[in-house]
Amino acid sequence: MRELNMVKAINDALDVMLARDPDVLVFGEDVGYFGGVFRATEGLQAKHGIRRCFDTPIAEGGIIATAIGMGAQGLRPVPEIQFADYILPAFDQLVSEAARLRYRSGGEFWAPITVRSPYGGGIFGGQTHSQSPEAIFAHITGLKTVIPSTPYDAKGLLIAAIECDDPVIYLEPKRLYNGPFDGHHDREIGTWAGHPAAQVPEGHYTVPLGKAAVVRPGDAVTVLAYGTMVHVALAAVDETGIDAEVIDLRSIVPLDIETIVASANKTGRCVIVHEASRFGGFGGELSSLIQERCFYGLETAIERVAGWDTPYPHAFEWDYFPGPARIAAALRRVMENT
Amino acid sequence: MEMGEGPVRTGKPRGNLPPLELYVPEPRYRPGDTVDYSHLDIPEAGRQPRPDEACEARETWPLTTDLIRVLDDEGSAVGPWNPNLDPETLRRMLRTMALTRAFDDRMYRGQRQGKTSFYMKSTGEEAISVACAHALADDDMVFPSYRQQGILIARGYPLVDMINQIYSNRADRLKGRQLPIMYSARDYGFFTISGNLATQFPQAVGWSMASAIKGDTRIATSFIGEGSSAEGDFHAAMTFAAVYNAPVVLNIVNNQWAISSFSGFAGGERTTFAARAVGYGIAGLRVDGNDTLAVYAAMEWAANRARANLGPTLIEHFTYRAEGHSTSDDPAAYRSAQEREEWPLGDPISRLKAHLIALGEWSDDRHAEMDRELAEEVRAATKEAEKNGILGHGFHHPFHTMFEDVFEELPWHLQEQAEQAIRERQTKWPEWKE
Repeated sequence: MRELNMVKAINDALDVMLARDPDVLVFGEDVGYFGGVFRATEGLQAKHGIRRCFDTPIAEGGIIATAIGMGAQGLRPVPEIQFADYILPAFDQLVSEAARLRYRSGGEFWAPITVRSPYGGGIFGGQTHSQSPEAIFAHITGLKTVIPSTPYDAKGLLIAAIECDDPVIYLEPKRLYNGPFDGHHDREIGTWAGHPAAQVPEGHYTVPLGKAAVVRPGDAVTVLAYGTMVHVALAAVDETGIDAEVIDLRSIVPLDIETIVASANKTGRCVIVHEASRFGGFGGELSSLIQERCFYGLETAIERVAGWDTPYPHAFEWDYFPGPARIAAALRRVMENT
Repeated sequence: MEMGEGPVRTGKPRGNLPPLELYVPEPRYRPGDTVDYSHLDIPEAGRQPRPDEACEARETWPLTTDLIRVLDDEGSAVGPWNPNLDPETLRRMLRTMALTRAFDDRMYRGQRQGKTSFYMKSTGEEAISVACAHALADDDMVFPSYRQQGILIARGYPLVDMINQIYSNRADRLKGRQLPIMYSARDYGFFTISGNLATQFPQAVGWSMASAIKGDTRIATSFIGEGSSAEGDFHAAMTFAAVYNAPVVLNIVNNQWAISSFSGFAGGERTTFAARAVGYGIAGLRVDGNDTLAVYAAMEWAANRARANLGPTLIEHFTYRAEGHSTSDDPAAYRSAQEREEWPLGDPISRLKAHLIALGEWSDDRHAEMDRELAEEVRAATKEAEKNGILGHGFHHPFHTMFEDVFEELPWHLQEQAEQAIRERQTKWPEWKE
């Protein structure tokens, strides 16, 4: 057991899989010699060779298309898209190809690829270094979408994603790379040092896709979150003193509906939290599922706390980012309604 | 202007030229026009040099604006690109091309008879798919477009299975999920066809990179039309192929038409499609696509080059789409019917037939007899496939298969939807059971 931050946990997962499976390979813009703009692939090329970990042209569509072709030939590619904001040039390849290969070929071909991409805000990244596109992928039949919130989950989920024969979009909350962030930008931001979930086992282990984690049990209200917002939600819960049950979804697709429904039926109140903009966001799907399944168990309307329906701004970072105060207000509202 | 009086700019004047005008390409001939192809530069067969397969990409430059041709007007095979094939291989290719045409004709009629929703013929382009298939090894991977049915037929894929797919019936290997002709045949090295144009071009590059990464000896090849070469995926494929020296052969089938838009809308007025190759550092060949021997020779050259780790090749096959784009298209609405008749490179089947006759290895009678046999072969396959149902009023796969293969396993939400859909079906048709 070592204490690792999230970047090092991701690097460790890639290292384990490159060593374990000769078909695994890692590529993308700046991931080879340089080790990635966030250091996630540092040392992998030196250790595993230039044909297992290499740089690519700056062409997201080409990166994903070649990964699909490699997958069809029998490899297990783990391509990186430098920022999730830049995944859109590859959208046709992901939606029309990777997601549909198995279905349209009657199971003859599939795309065992894992697309790693840093996402999310809270870093003064402006419009094109902060976006959270998970709802776009959640809507695509045939894609799985996974988002870790701790170093332990990051490694286990990434190994599970790489081993999965379905295409997986693996979104890494870059705000959490070096430490958990609770949304209090005006305070000193800590590191992963001392955090229990920074204890990362050596070697191979998995965190199963499609399984949520109850990170704080409670009886008063269910809070659904993923990525950075798990930590922000925990802070907001602490500050209100409300006995909330905080669930880290970890997988958007497939979704752990049982854990969600059990919690919502127990508490009768729900607050859904995500950084992505609200309208058409994944929170809408969660809200609808809970409403359909827990209607008679609900005490009050489901609340959504999300980014505003604007492009991600630069100067107004902390007015946009759904911080602890906005979540705390929503928690108080659902507790006041009876 | 003094400082402080207002913005200071460069002061460069615009000049006094007339207003700008947008240029929008127009094809030479529209419906009813008399067609004259004398502007096309069709070089004499046999005059094109054949560089060493190990040459530098830039040395192929003259060939990217020329036209590699082997069969001359007398039906003789001439020049350095003559692949010197034995008569048996020539007859086999002729037969496969004629079978492809017979198949297309029958399936087109089948669509008109309401047995299926859609079909696309490859009439006039049979040499490209059939000769390429013969020049490749059977286990080289093909990433086809929707007009390479000749490859599947050349590789011996059963006609009945093709028709089952077209009819979306209970024996359809794709379980009724795909539009007709979007075949997938992994065992025959034929990648699943997508409706989204050009996506397969960079995928083929990735497949071939994987072959190189694994130390395999198989190569990949892909086909797109000249219209699809305008897609961004064309550029991605060329860039990745060049960067990684990928063992891939990339083919542009330039049949002059992308549905109703002529090749000028893909950039074909200013240069050839093959000429793009050298700009990427890729070898380029431009070949008479109605000359079976020239197509074979070009693919063989490119495949040898790829197999020897010498890198990728782009081949432009210059041909003519003799029929409508699809059963949903009427070419009389946008082009002159005379184009097909006047096409200076003729018909690929007639030209190979004339060559075999000139060699004393074939005859009009044998050809007529072969055509009768092929029509019967297709008819028999059609009857066999119809036992498995036709679209709309025949048998199909079990209903619940609609929900399978989205993922490797059914997640809960698909399981629930499958159950709901079956309930809906039972309400609609109480007598229905699977």
